[in-house]
Amino acid sequence: MLKVDKVRYLVENGAETREILKGLTLEFPDNQITAITGRNGGGKTTLAHILMGIKQPTAGKVLLDGKDITNLSISERGKLGISYAFQHPPRFQGITVWDMLRYANPEITRESACELLFTVGLEPGKYLQREVNKALSGGETKRIELATVFARRNRVLILDEPEAGVDLWSFGHLVKAIKKYAAEHDVITIIISHSKELLNIADQVVIICDGEIMPDWESCNLRCAPI
Amino acid sequence: MKLSENEQRLLTELIGRTVEGPGAFSLRKDGESAVLRSGEKITVTKKADRPGINVVIADGATESVHVPVLITKTGHQERVYNTFIVGNNCDVQIIAGCGIHNPGEETSAHDGVHEIIVGENSRVVYTEKHIGEGGRGKRVMNPQTKVKVGANSSIIMNMAQIGGIDDAYRQTEIELAEKASVKISERVMTDGEQRTESKVIINMYGDGASSLIESRSVAKGRSHQVIETMINAYARSKGHVECNSLLMDEGKVKSIPGLNALSPEAELTHEAAIGKIAGEQLIKLMSLGLSEQEAQEAILAGFMK
Repeated sequence: MLKVDKVRYLVENGAETREILKGLTLEFPDNQITAITGRNGGGKTTLAHILMGIKQPTAGKVLLDGKDITNLSISERGKLGISYAFQHPPRFQGITVWDMLRYANPEITRESACELLFTVGLEPGKYLQREVNKALSGGETKRIELATVFARRNRVLILDEPEAGVDLWSFGHLVKAIKKYAAEHDVITIIISHSKELLNIADQVVIICDGEIMPDWESCNLRCAPI
Repeated sequence: MKLSENEQRLLTELIGRTVEGPGAFSLRKDGESAVLRSGEKITVTKKADRPGINVVIADGATESVHVPVLITKTGHQERVYNTFIVGNNCDVQIIAGCGIHNPGEETSAHDGVHEIIVGENSRVVYTEKHIGEGGRGKRVMNPQTKVKVGANSSIIMNMAQIGGIDDAYRQTEIELAEKASVKISERVMTDGEQRTESKVIINMYGDGASSLIESRSVAKGRSHQVIETMINAYARSKGHVECNSLLMDEGKVKSIPGLNALSPEAELTHEAAIGKIAGEQLIKLMSLGLSEQEAQEAILAGFMK
């Protein structure tokens, strides 16, 4: 199980201090999909960054199987099997899809790399040797990103808005791929999303609003609705 | 001609093969012509009036010629003139390069002046690599390459200075005739106190000519680079310049991409970017379990491909 315990995250901007996460406590059970949703700016991606080690919490702990991993670096968490699929994956120059899949899993075979690309709706022959560069569309990079994290031996899989930039035709395919991956692997899956289709495949849905967990949408609307 | 183990290694790093094997070959070592071999349709001879070689490639040739230079003595400095005449309807590769292993304290230098004249309907791939290594003595290289490309011909130029060169002034000048094209991929990596200046000029004289310059460089340590490119379009022609540089440590880069449209029908574009490795690129690779150092190396290796 992955757990965040009383996690706070403060940002200082000049004289002003803003509390992005306000003492969040949340459990992500094994072999379950947890969807995190809520209004923009509520702290969802900050939470994902804290889970991956991209940001350090101001206070509180992150525990994986009871072990405190709060101070572990991104690389150390990566080695523990925590993976993070970016909302807007970075582009590279000279790094191919095959290179990325090999970084994700040095033991991957060409055959399984092709299978993975097929799973996320990309034609292997067309994409395996392509550079992950700015010539690719947003939807293509998202699918490559998903294939890259699927290639790993994941203990925790964090997907940050997998729907962003993916067209409606491809999106149904991606939802199926995520659901299938979660069902076939011993993995804690965390999806940050606004999509009804993705919330529907989750075992638990957590609403985060203004840095806190809300019991329901009504409370969220009361707290965060624009005046 | 027997090369030491170290010379063999440097040669292989430079041109991807050893002296043995098929094809035209010229090896210059410490100022002497160590190997001089012609091919089926490629004739390689020593110049009579000055240091260097003439390479004459007959019409219709589909071969390659290797012309590496090795300098292994400290204090050895030379200026060498190589001329390549490529006939019509050829499909050839010219593999050049210079490796300096300077074992001592004095400056070793190689100024390679290449002139390439390409006939009509030919395709040339020109690969040039520069490597420096060794002791405290400076490694200096000043390559000058002048190319004339005939009608309907193309040349792809892959030029790399991948490390160990203390001072370099690189000059490349291309002339394009009607429907001729050039694609230049230049890679420069500097470190420490190294200085490199690279100047590429393309003159498109013929209608339908096209050119692409793709320059990527990495400045590490306290090194300094000046990357200057200029496309002059005198006719109905197309050109694009792309200069990308990565800064690491206290490295400095001055990038000057230039376009000069001298015909109303010219279409010229450029883009240039200088910056550090993007944090999100590092984070992405680190989230796959790579250390920061490994992630940085992977990004650099890709960038310099």
